[in-house]
Amino acid sequence: MSRSRARYVLVRVASALLIVFFAITMNFVLFRLAPGDPTTLMSRVPSADSSVQEALRHKFALDKSVFQQYVAYLSQLLHGNLGISFADQRPVAEKLKESIVNTVPMVAIGTILGMLAGIASGVVAAWRRGGAVDHSLVGVSLVFYALPAQWVGLMLIVTLSGSLPSGGMTDPFLIEPSFADQAQDYVRHLILPVTTIMLLTFGQFTVLARSSMLETLGEDYVLTARAKGLRNRAIVLRHAFRNAMLPVVTLIGLSLGGIVAGSILVETVFSWPGIGRATYDAVIARDYPMLQGVFLVFTLAVVICNLLADLLYARLDPRVTA
Amino acid sequence: MTVRLKRMGAFARRNRAGVIGGGIVLAFVLAALLAPVIAPNGASGRAGDPFTEPSSAHLLGLDDGGTDVLSLVLWGARISLLVAFSSAIVSVFIGGAIGVIAGYARPWVDGALMRVTDYFLVVPVVPLMILIGFLWGTSVTSVALIIGGLSWPVTARIIRAQVKSIKQRTFINRTRALGATPTRIVVRHILPQVAPLLAASTALTVGNAVFFEAALSFLGLGPSGQVSWGRMIDNAFRGSAVGAGAWWAIVPPGIAIGLVVLGCSLVGNSLEDRFNPRLRVNHLAPRSRRRRAHAAGD
Repeated sequence: MSRSRARYVLVRVASALLIVFFAITMNFVLFRLAPGDPTTLMSRVPSADSSVQEALRHKFALDKSVFQQYVAYLSQLLHGNLGISFADQRPVAEKLKESIVNTVPMVAIGTILGMLAGIASGVVAAWRRGGAVDHSLVGVSLVFYALPAQWVGLMLIVTLSGSLPSGGMTDPFLIEPSFADQAQDYVRHLILPVTTIMLLTFGQFTVLARSSMLETLGEDYVLTARAKGLRNRAIVLRHAFRNAMLPVVTLIGLSLGGIVAGSILVETVFSWPGIGRATYDAVIARDYPMLQGVFLVFTLAVVICNLLADLLYARLDPRVTA
Repeated sequence: MTVRLKRMGAFARRNRAGVIGGGIVLAFVLAALLAPVIAPNGASGRAGDPFTEPSSAHLLGLDDGGTDVLSLVLWGARISLLVAFSSAIVSVFIGGAIGVIAGYARPWVDGALMRVTDYFLVVPVVPLMILIGFLWGTSVTSVALIIGGLSWPVTARIIRAQVKSIKQRTFINRTRALGATPTRIVVRHILPQVAPLLAASTALTVGNAVFFEAALSFLGLGPSGQVSWGRMIDNAFRGSAVGAGAWWAIVPPGIAIGLVVLGCSLVGNSLEDRFNPRLRVNHLAPRSRRRRAHAAGD
């Protein structure tokens, strides 16, 4: 690893940490700005009396200055304490851990499949710019890009719920299932949410990959390749495609916000017991500590994926670290 | 006047997609404005049994509360579009201001503003909206402020890049040499140049805001007590329209959102295509098409 590359990695990691720190501070500040004493919000637990509020005041050091409170909050966070859920008095961290395990496979499969299909169709569309293939691919992708995730999910349920389960992650009524039965049941539950996420990502990435390809096809080295007498196929795949994928890698970072939003909506529609569904449940139960935890987890996920995309970019394009 | 009309005609022919998109959005705006006149029923109240199928009396049928779905779509357009347009204005105002200041001001101001912009660009916006909406309450105004206040970073980045490039041009240097103040240079010479990009950003942001409104409404944090398209989808979900097989209660709001988002992105993209010179050349295109693309350029 060269010196400049080490520096690049260091700068990226530092800015990722800074963003996480911003998000943590945001969590604290927003909570402060909430109308009323924060403990009135926190002690809105069924069967809570004023002693609970006093205990909370002491625990969160509300009798101290704002700065001391902030330090107390940070040290609690560093010890992995994200507070107690209002809804069932369980530690937020524990609940989050369970939901993340359920979310990751579903969202990852849907997103990766959608990305690959979208990039392929974007490249083909750019190659055939202005033709019938381009128009139909762009048309289909714009339709999925334009439709709200929750609605696409509901439509899939309406059209396909007869043959596939429309909610949950497993069927609780399976009688003495073997491992194969369980796996099959899980996959069947996975199909509709994964398809929804895939369709949404597909639309987005077709548009991104297409415009990136079009920009690359305007570069002078494409003209040179053409002048050398290379076939279109070789120009597109060997010269344009590789370079066009560079901006797409950085755009993965920008599309993560949409994927997070999509996963919240899709998990809500399909009752998938993941972090998105936990968000919805927390809103319904007015469970503020849980919402804070969810926001933190989503921020961490997005920042880590962004960091990976940046590092991947540096590997693919040596110019950025030169 | 006729020359102007002719030019507009030529512009429309070159940007057919943009004109179609504009037409779609305009049609929805008109429908929203005319809702009190053209909606067959009110936005609430029973018009018949729940989940009555579409008929000549109720073109799109009735929903889980027995309310006329067509009327709901028309009344819902008012809130959905009001929220979308006002948050787009908020967003483009913030994004434009930050973009222009960052592009024109000293490097340390630029650096500081871009760090803030990067933060809001990276942070997952919908969970943040949920958090703020949860604390702030959910009136139409606060929903519009939340959406607008969190969707400006892309605009800021685009405008900053453009301002930076305009700033280097000779005519700006000459104007400065003639003694124009920075304010005058920005208002008289830079703003008119970035105006098309601001318009493109506005169009794209309106589309995104429709999405955000639908997402927030679906999570129970939309404009409270109001009918919007997002609320209609939420109602269809919670009111078990799916189980009842009442597709007519689910399909219309989704199509309406889809059409508006599509219309906005057609307008936004055709403006961007027109004013982003990098997208205009394609060395792979047959020669005739390439020449036409060049001719269309300037």
